[in-house]
This record gives sequence, C-alpha cells and structure tokens, in this order.
Amino acid sequence: MRNATATPALPLGDDALILSHRLGEWAGNAPVLEEEVALANIALDLLGQARVLLSLAGDEDELAYLREERQFRNLQLVEQPNGDFAHTIARQLYFSTYQELLFEHLATTESELAPLAAKAVKEVAYHRDHAHQWTLRLGDGTDESRVRMQRALDALWRFTGEMFEPVEGLETVPWPALHDSWATRITHTLEQATLTIPDGPRRGGWTAGTGRQGLHTESFGRMLAEMQHLHRSHPGATW
Amino acid sequence: MVTTTALEAELLALAGSVPDPELPVLTLAELGVLRGVQLTAPGRAEVLLTPTYTGCPAIEAMSADIEQVLHDHGIPEVEVRTVLSPPWTTDAITAEGRRKLAEFGIAPPRPTGPAGGPVAVDLTLRCPHCGSTDTTLLSRFSSTACKALRRCESCREPFDHFKEL
Repeated sequence: MRNATATPALPLGDDALILSHRLGEWAGNAPVLEEEVALANIALDLLGQARVLLSLAGDEDELAYLREERQFRNLQLVEQPNGDFAHTIARQLYFSTYQELLFEHLATTESELAPLAAKAVKEVAYHRDHAHQWTLRLGDGTDESRVRMQRALDALWRFTGEMFEPVEGLETVPWPALHDSWATRITHTLEQATLTIPDGPRRGGWTAGTGRQGLHTESFGRMLAEMQHLHRSHPGATW
Repeated sequence: MVTTTALEAELLALAGSVPDPELPVLTLAELGVLRGVQLTAPGRAEVLLTPTYTGCPAIEAMSADIEQVLHDHGIPEVEVRTVLSPPWTTDAITAEGRRKLAEFGIAPPRPTGPAGGPVAVDLTLRCPHCGSTDTTLLSRFSSTACKALRRCESCREPFDHFKEL
C-alpha cells in the first residue's frame, strides 16, 4: 500500500465511503419505497466519489477492505448509526452542507481533487436539497416528527465541530469561513423548519479525539466488520 | 489541440453510435459522454469517456461496448479512459437526444443554471405522455441517480424526469 496518508484524498474518500455504506444499510428498511430509492441513489453517488478519491490515495479495494479501524480518517459524524429516519436526515443535512461548501471551494483550486470536486458538487447539491426538504417536513410536521427531528439534530451536534478542523494537505481551505457559511445555511434551514439550533459542545477537551486522527466511536468497528468481511473471507474473489 | 484524422473521426462516430446501456434509445453521442478518440499507435486507440454521475455503474458497460465495436472495426487495442474534467452536464445531451427521451416517456432536462445555484426542482415540467404541465414531484431520486420521479395530475401517469445536472 502506498503512503496513503500523504494525500487529503484519503480523509475525504473515507467520508464518502463510510457514509455510503451507512446509507446502504437502509436498503430494505426505508419507511417508503421512494426514500429507499433516494437513499440508495445518494449512497451510489458517494460510492462513486469514494472510488475516485481512494484511487488517488492508492488501491481503492485495499484501502476500503483491508485497513483497520484506526487507519480510517473519516469524520465520526458519517460513521454514526442510522438511528431513526430523523437521525439519518440530520446526519445528511450536517454532512451534505459541509461537503457542498468544501467541494465548491476545492473545485476552484489547482488541487488534484479539483476535477472530482467540480463534478461531485452538483450531485451533492441534490443530497443537500433532499435533506433540507425532509428537515422542513419533519420539523414543521406532526408533534412526533418534530420531537424526533429535534432529538436527532441535538444528538449529532457534538460531531459537527470536527468537520472544520484543518485537514493535512488542504491548507488553502479557509476553515473558519467555511464554518460560518455552514452555520448560516444550517440556521436558515432549521429556522424555516421551526426547529431550534442545538447548543452544546462541539469540540475541545471533552472528546477523546477525532476521526481525522483515526479515532472512532464504538459502532464503527462493527460497521467495518460487516463492510469488510466478504472481501477478507474471500481474498481476490471476482464476479 | 491534436488534429483528428479521418480514421479517428470514423472511430469516434462508431463509438458514438453505441447505445446507452440504461437508456437504449439514446446513443453515447446523443448523451454527450464521449470526449474523443485518438489513435496512439497503429491499431491502438484511446477513447475518452466522461460519466454522467461519478458513481454511474453504466460506465463499465459503456466501456465494454465501445471496446467491442472498435475491435470489430479492426482496432485490436482499445483503452477507454474515464475523464472527469470538465464535468458532464445535462446541457451536453443533444437536441435529438432530448427528443428521443421525451418520446421514450422521460421528461428531458431543462437548461441548467450557474453551478452552485439552488437546485430548481419546483418549476413546471411537461408530462411526456399527455403534454400537461400540471405535474408534481414524487421523489428527487428515481430508477437511476440521473432521474427524478414525477406524476402527471392530468393523466395520472407517473414518469421519470432526467434531472438537470
């Protein structure tokens, strides 16, 4: 395996890969058929992005299937379990808003990530719109949907600070400005959805570390075991 | 800019005539995904192909079909390379391609706005079956990543819309 940590394609590729896998877990379980198809399509977009990014970092299959938990550099946010539908939508809202802003910036740079960013940002605009529309429906919906949406936003809030920690190799990204744009967009959506902006710690000494450093939360190991087990059980197998 | 030879133009036309594996009414040329064909040595061609969506699974079938068609035309070595830049947009679908989509029952994409702008999903779209503009969005994602699912309120038929990218 090449020195995969040298390129920022690895952390961004890991974000896309892990979120893609999580969304894929909805197949057969989504509340309605249209959502099943929507979540699978979003997962497919992310998988496509992951393949391009991980191929920039090394061999895509080796990187996806043969690394250990601590070698993954994805955000802790994307590895969080699907929870109820509101949790999945909150995770989508936080992440797609971040990814769209980051890719918008990267698309304008000379980075090797620019072609992928320019391509993917158009796909991510649909992901963000999907999450935005659902946040409005659930937040401004029934009493039950409103409670659940707020609960999901609050629960995942503590994983959002990590998104704006500088990433090695992405020195041109204006992280504080990216954060401000993110906060503005999230605030706009939540206000429109008559929801409350969560408040609480998002970074600092309370946390054991970040996904970008290879430190992950409890459920990630189990997810990896499922994602990797076929490839590890049958090395070199092909269709 | 590399000058295109007559043979390269012929090969480009051949590769462009390959039907899209998921939308067989369209050719790759009409879909606008073919970026060029170059002879890098006698008997060796390089084909540049761009995906509609980054994760589009049809790209592998497209590559195999292009290789086959060029092999059959006497080119033993064919390499299909995927290029991302500049990104494909639905504006690359030709007028003939749009006409065929509508005929096939898929509402063609509208011209796109500037990149990074809001996603326009609420503007009126015409039903490909009855022509009514009274249609509503059922889901932003449909049978493939590139389509949205809509329903016509006049004839009550659901239909796919090739959404703008």
